Amino acid sequence: MATQHSRSAARLMMAPAVVLLMGWMLVPLTMTLWFSFRRYLPLRGGDLGWTGFDNYVRFVSSSSFWPSIQATLIIVGGVLAITVCFGVLLALLLDQPMWGQGIVRILVIAPFFVMPTVSALVWKNMFMDPVNGLFAHLFKFFGATPISWLSEASLASIIMIVSWQWLPFATLILLTAIQSLDSEQLEAAEMDGAPAIKRFWFIILPHMSRAITVVILIQTIFLLSIFAEIFVTTQGSFGTRTLTYLIFQRVLESQNVGLGSAGGVYAIILANIVALFLMRIVGKNLDA
Amino acid sequence: MGRITLDKVSKSFGAVEVIPPLDLTIEDGEFVVFVGPSGCGKSTLLRLIAGLEDVSGGQIRVDGQDATTVPPAKRGLAMVFQSYALYPHMSVRKNIAFPLRMAGLDAAEQERRVTEAAKVLNLSDYLDRRPGQLSGGQRQRVAIGRAIVREPAAFLFDEPLSNLDAALRVGMRLEISELHERLKTTMIYVTHDQVEAMTMADKIVVLHAGRIEQVGSPLELYRTPKNLFVAGFIGSPKMNFLTGPEADRHGAHTIGIRPEHIKVSNDESCIWRGTVGVSEHLGSDTFFHIHMEGQDTPLTVRAGGDVELYHGDAICMTPDEAHIHRFDANGLRTD
Repeated sequence: MATQHSRSAARLMMAPAVVLLMGWMLVPLTMTLWFSFRRYLPLRGGDLGWTGFDNYVRFVSSSSFWPSIQATLIIVGGVLAITVCFGVLLALLLDQPMWGQGIVRILVIAPFFVMPTVSALVWKNMFMDPVNGLFAHLFKFFGATPISWLSEASLASIIMIVSWQWLPFATLILLTAIQSLDSEQLEAAEMDGAPAIKRFWFIILPHMSRAITVVILIQTIFLLSIFAEIFVTTQGSFGTRTLTYLIFQRVLESQNVGLGSAGGVYAIILANIVALFLMRIVGKNLDA
Repeated sequence: MGRITLDKVSKSFGAVEVIPPLDLTIEDGEFVVFVGPSGCGKSTLLRLIAGLEDVSGGQIRVDGQDATTVPPAKRGLAMVFQSYALYPHMSVRKNIAFPLRMAGLDAAEQERRVTEAAKVLNLSDYLDRRPGQLSGGQRQRVAIGRAIVREPAAFLFDEPLSNLDAALRVGMRLEISELHERLKTTMIYVTHDQVEAMTMADKIVVLHAGRIEQVGSPLELYRTPKNLFVAGFIGSPKMNFLTGPEADRHGAHTIGIRPEHIKVSNDESCIWRGTVGVSEHLGSDTFFHIHMEGQDTPLTVRAGGDVELYHGDAICMTPDEAHIHRFDANGLRTD
């Protein structure tokens, strides 16, 4: 039982963390909102005063706005689909008793420890390079013409790189979910006449639904803001300019802080729309 | 339609032989209880019959048909697990209907059988709940319902009552016995609790270290245990064992006598003497732990509820000669 006294003590002790977090969130948010209503060109005169909703109108009416939204959603959707599907399959595979299980599991998680910039560079130069890349050699070995991945299949390449990074995360969470399944339930289903496929569909998959939800929600948060992979590989060209990358270009390449800030506000709105849809679709799995 | 024969069935995990070759026949309609201390292989034996484990040798026949390599679902057996193994994301109705759905029965037939099973098991009001919203006894009944609807040749129960509290256990014990009376289907029931075995079984199979120690009706095991293990395992409280001069006098290495076959009195005309140690007053009965000269473990003696003896009192005991069990040096019954 928490007494009045201990409850106020708890509030007092939590206060520093709460204040810090609020500041961490509120200061950048307020600054973004502030700049988004100002004409602010750091190298061309600096802060030039209020412009009302001009930045917002300009950002949306730009020809690159809707393509950037589309690219963002394709990348998020593609990576989610790949990581969840393969994550489930890999988790099933890793759950099987086998020799060297511990080492294999560490190897599977390894890509998650590689920095995004590094992994994107490795993919770009070692795998996807149309002249020296491994894929190019592989294609040539089979007599095919190498694809220049990052220009011809740019979105797919980015999705592949990002999926490679996030697959371990999905696999790990889904593996723990599978391992928490009571083996007697599977045996009961087996006795009840369910073959392996049906056991997967009716018992294992429903059991994992909550873990899958968690994977989707967490990944979406991070995937909406991927940047390094695009910066290192295509620099936003060939249709890989996501909303995040567009904002970056507006602020740093065009040196227009006001316009970029307006884009940032749109990014917040997009994230909320996605979150709303996600919670509608998968959120019910989180209710106990 | 539920005769199960085990012919030299054995099971090894790697180099460890858990169950040496054993023979056992379970007749149609029989309620057979596998009982033994934990780790005696009784659950493994049940899982071998169910098909959840592969036998290492020998043959399992169900109704004369070789079922040794038949997959579990095709053996026509239904199992109730210790943890109930209900599917948490399905309603009670869907749980019970699951085996029917897997068998491809049409919806109307499924509904009919589920309704019927629910009526038998008093689950009609809970059909739309999830297992998580049920009490332990109700979950147990759902697990039984899921087994009933398949109309199996035999039911396999793997310690089904061990997760229930004592009061509920007695109730469920009766319900399962009644179910057996009504369905007349073969039931194989695994437990470590000899009270469950005694009260429910037509035939008890006592297992010890993977071997069958004795097979027989509850009273057979109670009256004529074949060896020291069965003698000590069946009956509550445990049988008393005496060695030394007292056993020699009866021409045996060890003699056993049950607590209920010893009379206590205060007079001097008796054979055994001792002092009262702990006494347990249950109201209807009193159990005395009596320390005897020359015996390491105290004797347990049952007396009526109104016998007034206390710690440290000298006591006089008269064993009922007709109920003394004699065992040789190998622990086998001699008569």
